Amino acid sequence: MTITGTETSVAALWGALDSRIAGGGRFAGLSAAQRKGALTLSVHVDVPDGVDTLETVLPARALGYPALTPRLGAAFWYERVIHDQTGIVPEGRIRLAPLIRAGNPHDHALPRHVSGYGLFTIPHGPVRSGVFESMEYLVETPGEAIPHLNMRIFYKHRGIAGRFTGMPPADGVLLAERTEGIASVAHALAFCHAIEAIAGCQVPAEAALVRVIHAELERIANHLDVAMRLADAAGLAVATARFALHKERVMRVVSALCGSRFGRGVVVPGGISALPREHPAALLPELRKLEKQVTSDAAVLMGTSSFLDRLRGTGPLTADRAREHGALGPIGKASGCSDDSRRTRPYDAYPLLDIQPAPEHRDGDAQARLRVRINETAQAFRLIQEAAGELPGQLSPASPVLRSLPDGRAVGWAEAPQGEVIYDVTIEAGQIACCQPRSASFHNLVLMHEVFAGDILTDFPFIEASFGLSVAGAAL
Amino acid sequence: MSIWVLRGLRDGVATTRWPHRPDTYADAWRGPATVRARAAGVTGVSGLCPSGAIEERDGLARVDQGKCILCGRCVTERPDVFMWSAGATGRHAAAVTRQALVVPETPETDQAIAAARTALAARTAALRRSVHIRHVDAGSDGSEEWEIQALLGPVYDIHRLGIFITASPRHADVLLVTGCGTPGMTGPLRTTYDGMPDPKVVIAVGTDAASGGLLGDRLGGVPSGVPVDVWVPGSPPSPFAILNALLIATGKLGTQKGLGK
Repeated sequence: MTITGTETSVAALWGALDSRIAGGGRFAGLSAAQRKGALTLSVHVDVPDGVDTLETVLPARALGYPALTPRLGAAFWYERVIHDQTGIVPEGRIRLAPLIRAGNPHDHALPRHVSGYGLFTIPHGPVRSGVFESMEYLVETPGEAIPHLNMRIFYKHRGIAGRFTGMPPADGVLLAERTEGIASVAHALAFCHAIEAIAGCQVPAEAALVRVIHAELERIANHLDVAMRLADAAGLAVATARFALHKERVMRVVSALCGSRFGRGVVVPGGISALPREHPAALLPELRKLEKQVTSDAAVLMGTSSFLDRLRGTGPLTADRAREHGALGPIGKASGCSDDSRRTRPYDAYPLLDIQPAPEHRDGDAQARLRVRINETAQAFRLIQEAAGELPGQLSPASPVLRSLPDGRAVGWAEAPQGEVIYDVTIEAGQIACCQPRSASFHNLVLMHEVFAGDILTDFPFIEASFGLSVAGAAL
Repeated sequence: MSIWVLRGLRDGVATTRWPHRPDTYADAWRGPATVRARAAGVTGVSGLCPSGAIEERDGLARVDQGKCILCGRCVTERPDVFMWSAGATGRHAAAVTRQALVVPETPETDQAIAAARTALAARTAALRRSVHIRHVDAGSDGSEEWEIQALLGPVYDIHRLGIFITASPRHADVLLVTGCGTPGMTGPLRTTYDGMPDPKVVIAVGTDAASGGLLGDRLGGVPSGVPVDVWVPGSPPSPFAILNALLIATGKLGTQKGLGK
């Protein structure tokens, strides 16, 4: 959790990034922010024992800088966000259409990227049929195949990063929980890890175990949600209802522990806010029953041929492309990128628990992604049992250990169900001076561009559901 | 395929009996903060709330539940003044005027509530046993969508009450709006609202939709061009609270008329 390098120029910054990646690092984000009165570019690189931050100050009144995207495709959306936020132009062959800044509402012209006989664009969204978050897909198609897909997420841009500025950390964690509502616990954890790194404090062991229990329950709920949506896309009514029922039961376990169905208000800087309402061990019988049912239903689902036919070979992400992009979470794991910050950069109580690396998957299709999620669900049930077993029978009253907070800057991370979440937090005079959240949804969503090779319109709901991302976390 | 048929029968009926019978999970729900009765001479509470929901005047505290994000800080810091409200259902769990979300209520708001209720009932009398919903996300954090989606699952199952989600605003009677009202969604939301036939009802789902929540300093919830009829506080609200609001909006709560068996 250190600021590991300040470079003299943008070109030197990209050079330093290249050498980190060559040394086994993984590109994890690029952002621009005003720091000490100057616009600063910061790059985050995941390395085995932490997240490195490299940065350079842009010259005063600079109108542009040499873009990273031509060297590293994964930077594409990051540089578009920088362009939207600051007006500074990443110079290079890069399409700078607005990504988070809303365009002219009266501008109905649909951008076209491929041309040919009979090609047209289907604007799908931002208001979509069913219960979905708002975003727009521009599907360019001759009727069945999808040669190009474009995404517009600015409809939901809320300006979260700017809202953090000036907040006390105790309020900041509440906002972090609402950055990506379906991964509230992971966002709160990543934010608090940054604060705790600045304060140099160690979370009490019991609080660390309770944090893990909530994080794993959140993972189970998210993965069950994806299974439910996939079953729904295939028209398996009973399977849809079964997974919806399991998910509801998990959310009721969460609310039995803390009062919120999303685990909100549990994680605070320095520990947890209060003792669980019930001892987690008391909920284990219910969880064991649930685990048995989930395992059994998942086995039947993965044996239903009409379902697998729709998933096999659908939305493939090649292992090379996934590695190049640094694909996160289940999407990465299904394409051979097995990095998991719970294992490689463990936090809270994870060092005490037995986390096996995910079984190797290289197919990268919707089926592989679902298999990864089913494996992670089984592992999450086991981790909860282990963590609840480690807790003493009589919990000592929860008291966050954060006493004083010096000025400083640190990066915190946590493995959300969607992949790794990163928070780059700067504290000045006890308040948040700058906070840059980076969700896995943002990093992974851009990969939707690349997975439609040979897939047709009816595969669309399967590919979208198998990604399992949240637009709120992407548009911020 | 037949294996799924058997699985569908495996665990019996999971569906709640509410609103015909009470539901323990709905009743145990921890709702937005409220003010304890007889809390007088209160000082130093207005700065407690991170979203500015607490107002302090003449020694009396009032909570705007439309701004409450359920963080519980006021309940922890000043348990003598504040407490959680209990239960996700009933008339108090959704408001038919924005002012009614401010507790404790004043006599003036009581009259306004009664008038709003009558007007809403007159408008929705024609909906009877078939209600179709259109949902629009105007900048939510994603959690409200999960809770609305849950209504379609086996536990809440709104289909048993004659309520359905529809894909087209042309078929919709009720508009569920979630999220803090981002500039990008103002236009699409308005277009959806305009596309719905009369009579129509708008429900603001969640604290974000009611006031913008933590982002309330720059985003104000459902934009003024779309008139809200029912407000449901919560960050996010319980699925029971959303169902409760749907029944209030369509005049099905309180009277057993129109609920079927």
